[in-house]
Amino acid sequence: MTAIAEFAPRARHRFLFDRAEVLGPLFIAPAILYVLLLVALPFLLAIYYSVSAFTIFDPSYKFVGLKNFFDVIESDIFRRTLANTFIFTIGAQIIGLLLGKFAAMLLMKEFPGRGIARALVVLPWAVPVSLAVLAWQWMFDSLYSVINWTLIAAGLVDATHPPQWLGQQDLAMLAVTVVHAWRLFPFGVVIFIAGFTSVPKDVLDAATVDGAGFWRRNYQIILPIIAPIVVIALIFGTVFTFTDLSVVYLLTKGGPINSTQVLGSLAFQVGILSGDVAHGAVICLFLFPFLLIGVIFMLRALRRREI
Amino acid sequence: MASVAARDIKKQFAEVTAVNGVSLEARDGEFVVLLGPSGCGKTTLLRIIAGLEKQTSGDILIGGHVVNDLPPRARGIAMVFQSYGLYPHLTVWNNIAFPLKTQGTARNEIKRKVEWSARLLGIERLLQRKPRQLSGGERQRVALARALVREPTVFLLDEPLSNLDAKLRASARSEIKQFQLTVKTATIYVTHDQVEAMGMGDRIAVMDHGIVKQIGSPTEIYEHPADEYVATFLGTPPMNLVERDGGSLGFRPEAFLPKELLNGSALQEFNFRVDRMEYLGSERILYGDIEGRKAKREVTAKLPAHVALDGITAGAWHPFAVRQRELRYFDGEGRQTIKR
Repeated sequence: MTAIAEFAPRARHRFLFDRAEVLGPLFIAPAILYVLLLVALPFLLAIYYSVSAFTIFDPSYKFVGLKNFFDVIESDIFRRTLANTFIFTIGAQIIGLLLGKFAAMLLMKEFPGRGIARALVVLPWAVPVSLAVLAWQWMFDSLYSVINWTLIAAGLVDATHPPQWLGQQDLAMLAVTVVHAWRLFPFGVVIFIAGFTSVPKDVLDAATVDGAGFWRRNYQIILPIIAPIVVIALIFGTVFTFTDLSVVYLLTKGGPINSTQVLGSLAFQVGILSGDVAHGAVICLFLFPFLLIGVIFMLRALRRREI
Repeated sequence: MASVAARDIKKQFAEVTAVNGVSLEARDGEFVVLLGPSGCGKTTLLRIIAGLEKQTSGDILIGGHVVNDLPPRARGIAMVFQSYGLYPHLTVWNNIAFPLKTQGTARNEIKRKVEWSARLLGIERLLQRKPRQLSGGERQRVALARALVREPTVFLLDEPLSNLDAKLRASARSEIKQFQLTVKTATIYVTHDQVEAMGMGDRIAVMDHGIVKQIGSPTEIYEHPADEYVATFLGTPPMNLVERDGGSLGFRPEAFLPKELLNGSALQEFNFRVDRMEYLGSERILYGDIEGRKAKREVTAKLPAHVALDGITAGAWHPFAVRQRELRYFDGEGRQTIKR
């Protein structure tokens, strides 16, 4: 006679961990709660603030319609800030990702000390932004600037009128963009190294045998293959930069004369420092529709490209 | 149309000598197979011929010219890779057209050639697909079409069948052979599969540890192996080797038969004890021992399945024999010698 194992009824509760319909919701609950409490709620609150007359001195939820939006759009500072934000974001993406790509290409080559070089490249990521900006501040300093010292020593600028990196409006804008690009650079390097490593060796060898030189291999084979990963990096970098204020706030506080103000820093100044929460919320929300359209567009392009 | 030759090629990687003085030629229109176990240096040699690796010393000649310093694209070669190396983001049409575009071929000429090569490989209906939408066999054809389209002087194929399933591999084998006969281009084909080598090669170069052990037609390689390595690398089961004075004696399992099946004289007799048998449909493999001789590995006999096994039972001794002319003699170093 063969014996068939019987279920032990008392052990039923143990099967709780086998029940996907219980465990599934349980495991996803923290993520959903996180999104609801820390993303959705503040977002909805911001939308409400933007159509109210809420300030920290007069915390009323009085509905004022789109008045705040018109106020903000009519302001010269805001329009300047908007233009700055685009320059800052696009400029930093181009510099950061482009340099990241070339650095990644160099770091793909075998050479002694490659490991150390890779670690050093990633360093800007690991340094707290406030600390890093201190170093940049010294490099851009009106008296002790190491950049100016170098330029003067090389005879490129007049020693009596060295550039005031953080004091002249255009140069200050360039300075904050460069510093932010420097922050994005390691991310670009990592993304491109990951991309390059994912291209099969056979494909590269085939392209070489098929007569593709350096440029054709890079721009007709490698770049299209790694495009999806680069687009993700671009989306991430763009959204991250559009909403970031740290470099501007730490380096120039938006000055001189609001010439380096970006949406994040202006919103912080108006909404938090000056206490005008309603107008701060408007500034914050202003780019949301554009960002949304941009992200949707890039994600769609990505799906079409999928290989 | 041209020949391709390697002269005393050596390739040293940091610690390892991958190729150690190989000379080899594929004459115009000839199909040469590089056969060897994995890690024997055959793929490295192929990559050196292609120009993807630089040899440590030695010369590569294509059409009689030394091409050592020419980049791959200037060598007039086409290569098919083990995993095909198709461009995943391009359609089949653009994959095939790619080598022509790099040469700056005129647009209508590209169209004509792509269609010509697609027709030759029977992939016209796949031209608008992406590689990921193709089966393994279709990808392999696309890779061949891409190699063909430039009308190269030399074809290099690196284990192009190893990603196909067994059934497809057999048909692809004859297709590649047929294709090569049609285009009549010198071809070097790398494989570790002796069936592919025997079935496709005009000549086979058997490699081991970076050196060529023997080059010859499939018949020469099989019938007159240069040494014990070649003798035991080819054939399933491999050649039997038993001890003799100052060397060893070799004979193929299919030449080792019950004595009563062999008539005539000039036989070398052995007493054979069968330990176990395998029935493989068309044949039987008998495993066992020979009386009075030490064998290097288990002795096998391969009998056609229709031969009755009268009186041959496991564990019992039975008289077996080999015709004298089927015997091969190897010296103490394992090289084949004339008798005695």
